[in-house]
Amino acid sequence: MRGPAPDFVRRMPDGPENAKRGAHWLAVMRLDPWLLLGLICLSGFGLTVLYSASGHNTNLVERQLIFFGLAYTVMVGVAQIRPAFLERWAFWLYGMGVVLLVLTLLVGVGAKGAQRWLSLGFTRFQPSEILKIAVPLTVAAFFSVRHLPPRFLQVLVCMLLILLPAALIAKQPDLGTAILVAVSGLIGLFLAGLRWRYIVVTLLLVSAAAWPMWNYVMHDYQKQRILTLLDPEADKWGAGWNITQSKTAIGSGGIEGKGWMKGTQSQLDFLPESHTDFIIAVLAEEFGLKGVLALLACYGFLIVRGAIIAWQARTTFNRILAGSIALTFFIYVFVNMGMVAGLLPVVGVPLPMVSLGGTSLLTLMVGFGFLMAIASDRVAGAP
Amino acid sequence: MPLIPNIPRPKSHHFKDHLDEARIFGGRLLAAGLCCLLLVGVIIYRYYDLQVVHYDDFLTKAEQNRIQIQPVPPTRGLIYDRSGVLIAENRPSFMLTLVKERIADLEATLSFLQTLIPISDLEIEEYRKALRQPRRPYEPIPLRFRLTEAEIAAIAVNEYRLDGVAVEAQFVRNYPYGELFAHSLGYVSRISMNDLASFDEEKIRRYAGSVSIGKVGLEKSYEDVLLGEVGARHVETNAHGRVLRVLDSEPPISGKDLHLYLELELQKVATAALGANRGSVVAIEVATGGVVAMVSTPSYDPNLFVTGISFQEFNALNTSPEMPLYNRSVQGLYPPGSTLKPMLGLGGLETGVITTATRVTDPGFFTLPNDSRQYRDWKRGGHGGSVDLHQAIVESCDTFFYSLAAHMGINLMNPVGAAFGLGEKSGLDIPNERSGNWPSQAWKKMKKKLPWFPGDSLNTSIGQGFVQATPVQLAVMVATLANRGKRMKPLLVEAIGDQPVASKILNQYVAKPQNWDVVFGAMTDVVHSARGTAKGINAGLHYLIAAKTGTAQVVGIKQNEKYDRNKVSALNRDHALFVAFAPADHPQLALVVIVENGEHGSSMAAPVARQVFDTWFALQAKKSASPPTLAPSANTSKEVTP
Repeated sequence: MRGPAPDFVRRMPDGPENAKRGAHWLAVMRLDPWLLLGLICLSGFGLTVLYSASGHNTNLVERQLIFFGLAYTVMVGVAQIRPAFLERWAFWLYGMGVVLLVLTLLVGVGAKGAQRWLSLGFTRFQPSEILKIAVPLTVAAFFSVRHLPPRFLQVLVCMLLILLPAALIAKQPDLGTAILVAVSGLIGLFLAGLRWRYIVVTLLLVSAAAWPMWNYVMHDYQKQRILTLLDPEADKWGAGWNITQSKTAIGSGGIEGKGWMKGTQSQLDFLPESHTDFIIAVLAEEFGLKGVLALLACYGFLIVRGAIIAWQARTTFNRILAGSIALTFFIYVFVNMGMVAGLLPVVGVPLPMVSLGGTSLLTLMVGFGFLMAIASDRVAGAP
Repeated sequence: MPLIPNIPRPKSHHFKDHLDEARIFGGRLLAAGLCCLLLVGVIIYRYYDLQVVHYDDFLTKAEQNRIQIQPVPPTRGLIYDRSGVLIAENRPSFMLTLVKERIADLEATLSFLQTLIPISDLEIEEYRKALRQPRRPYEPIPLRFRLTEAEIAAIAVNEYRLDGVAVEAQFVRNYPYGELFAHSLGYVSRISMNDLASFDEEKIRRYAGSVSIGKVGLEKSYEDVLLGEVGARHVETNAHGRVLRVLDSEPPISGKDLHLYLELELQKVATAALGANRGSVVAIEVATGGVVAMVSTPSYDPNLFVTGISFQEFNALNTSPEMPLYNRSVQGLYPPGSTLKPMLGLGGLETGVITTATRVTDPGFFTLPNDSRQYRDWKRGGHGGSVDLHQAIVESCDTFFYSLAAHMGINLMNPVGAAFGLGEKSGLDIPNERSGNWPSQAWKKMKKKLPWFPGDSLNTSIGQGFVQATPVQLAVMVATLANRGKRMKPLLVEAIGDQPVASKILNQYVAKPQNWDVVFGAMTDVVHSARGTAKGINAGLHYLIAAKTGTAQVVGIKQNEKYDRNKVSALNRDHALFVAFAPADHPQLALVVIVENGEHGSSMAAPVARQVFDTWFALQAKKSASPPTLAPSANTSKEVTP
């Protein structure tokens, strides 16, 4: 594609033709090579672990491979979207998501007492996944047209935007996703320049309110649920069993690990949810601390690359969105690894790119698509 | 879409300070990055702590998860009768076991199992009891025994829904002759909470995997040798308790077999001869002290106890007025009555208090000097003008023995009885034996806080008053007589595995040979003379039986009262006793027969003894080609001269 671009394109200084001048096909495709490298490494690692965790179930791995193909395709597609377009349509996506959430509460389907899916007849999906994307988008769009740092009223409105879907998701109930959705929005708010004094005052108020809430407002069964959430090991045969087994799996892996497909905890079914939420324990058991560090390095590489994209982004919207995506991704990793290792309550958060599951993978890749779109939206002259 | 011009709209960028916003954002991104670094540090530290610092703990835990040491219970030793007939065996039986640790919802599993196969409330109750007992984790606990083929199939079909549930083959004790040996073999039963509480570390180890333990009888007293040594299997299991492979195993060592002196044929005959009566037969081989028959009726089926008896069944046995659980042979205390007379007569001769020439006038009663109380003879009007020792034994004359006791006194009588084993446990190798009572001056002073009266000696001489003995003690007494004073320890077990159990002489009563001959002659005439109290059984005898009948009072009869059977309730009627040995000239077998409330030793007990002797000699004849005894010779079979 060397040679002069058509006239009507030349007038636009930040058009894709600038990237195309590098002539690299990745640039032509608007794909960030570093992000792509990290993602491919992670996918390969994830599938390897998944094969072992699923008990050498090739069908299951094939299915996940198809999901990966689909998710990468979607990512490439999303990468073509201009960030400005996203900014314009963010609120519409958000609004649609909220409506679907309300519909889910009314006519949703699900299992084990939770209504999380909407049935479309031929398939069903989780509207809460849309909000994982829509909330950071909305927050970024909200602040891109306003003076920063945000004023008090703007903060309140933004909080409302964040907490409304989070509350609807929590009502399903799906506490893990609700927290992640809220956190992704709050990260955006923080990156927008939320004043430190608001943060400090809020933290003080929350801790001040906690004591009277606990002692006077909450019922015993509610307290019990919170205690179980905070200390799952107290529940010997329920959540405690899972955590005990996952800690045993992780700990018994040692530095070197027991070897691929040789983890006794995972291969002999002692480890619950071994191919979904608890898959990190399989990795830790079979690949040891070295494997855990390698995985963290992959994640770290992706997150740092995301942060660089955010740093170099051209507009406020791009910055906040890229920063939110990178940091939310980190939160996913942190919550999952902390939860399986018994540091955090078990809240049902999958390990990004490694746990089995198509929907969450798709959502993640949409996020990376955004990052790539933002990366392609940079120009040399931008701050 | 990418070609839409990205021109900043006036509203959004007109008043914004881009540099400032980028600066704020940069600061925030940096702060967030620092936070992330901190959190990554926490995560890495946590994984380091689990995988490096506590690696050994978790590795051990994972191995414990994976590898189970399953105890392999040994096969219990078998028990044979003297002829080699198997009387306690192990039968393969399928049982349903549950591993609680593998079962997510025990209640649901139990109720689901109940829909598949019949499980009684008692079994569930027993299972819960077992769960509450101290046990090793992942140990399978039996819920039901003796599964049928159909039940096994019902479980197998639903296996996928029954994590932690397994059907295990195990040997279960079986007593093919049931009631016949209940009082000698006893039985094994489930290990109870009380058993476990008494177990030390070593026993807990030895019983790992075993579900039953000897509770009564030989099964209890030889528990140690019958049990064997537990083996072990290291197996890899998955989280659902399924054994994936056996890593290595150490086979168990079977328990040792017991070979008993008891003869199945004798047990059968003695039990049949006692019929519906309550009573006991104990027969001892004179030379060895081996107990070849030991029967207590009524009896019970020990198989009921093996896998757990229901409360109703146990209650019925336990509260029955016939007392089937009560082992009369070693626990029943009876006044020996006249069966003591030969022994005391021998003591009288040996101490020189009487001679064969001593004669006593018998008006039908005896009085002590300076005492008007009449000690009555069982025969109204007495046995005639002058009774000697021979006649006194043959006809069971009480007056002669009153006179003997009055002259001997308890201090001379006591050592004789003690030498024949009265008043002390015979040492038979089953539990719960009672020692009875053979009184002395010292004993009365200590127990009753009273001095010994001459009348006490008279009552003792006819085996009444303070005297109490178990059938086994009386059998030992008569075997000691037959053995000419050599008292052997009675033994049920002839050999453990291939190690014979040595016979043991407990003590030797020394008496002059002619005195033994006198007593043996008199006892022979009890059966073989026209005036003998047991002459009713001598028809067609081809060997000589030396014997003594006895009748033991259950209730005291007042001075001027007469024993009237119609006035006495069935349970207070006299006990019938019979002690005997044969052949009289070369004793092989000594026995005692007691029929509770049978009233007369001669009519109720003696026929039982005759049948046992006949069977014994028939058995001996079968075992060795030549018959063991000769026909009675002329000089021993003579009419008694009154």
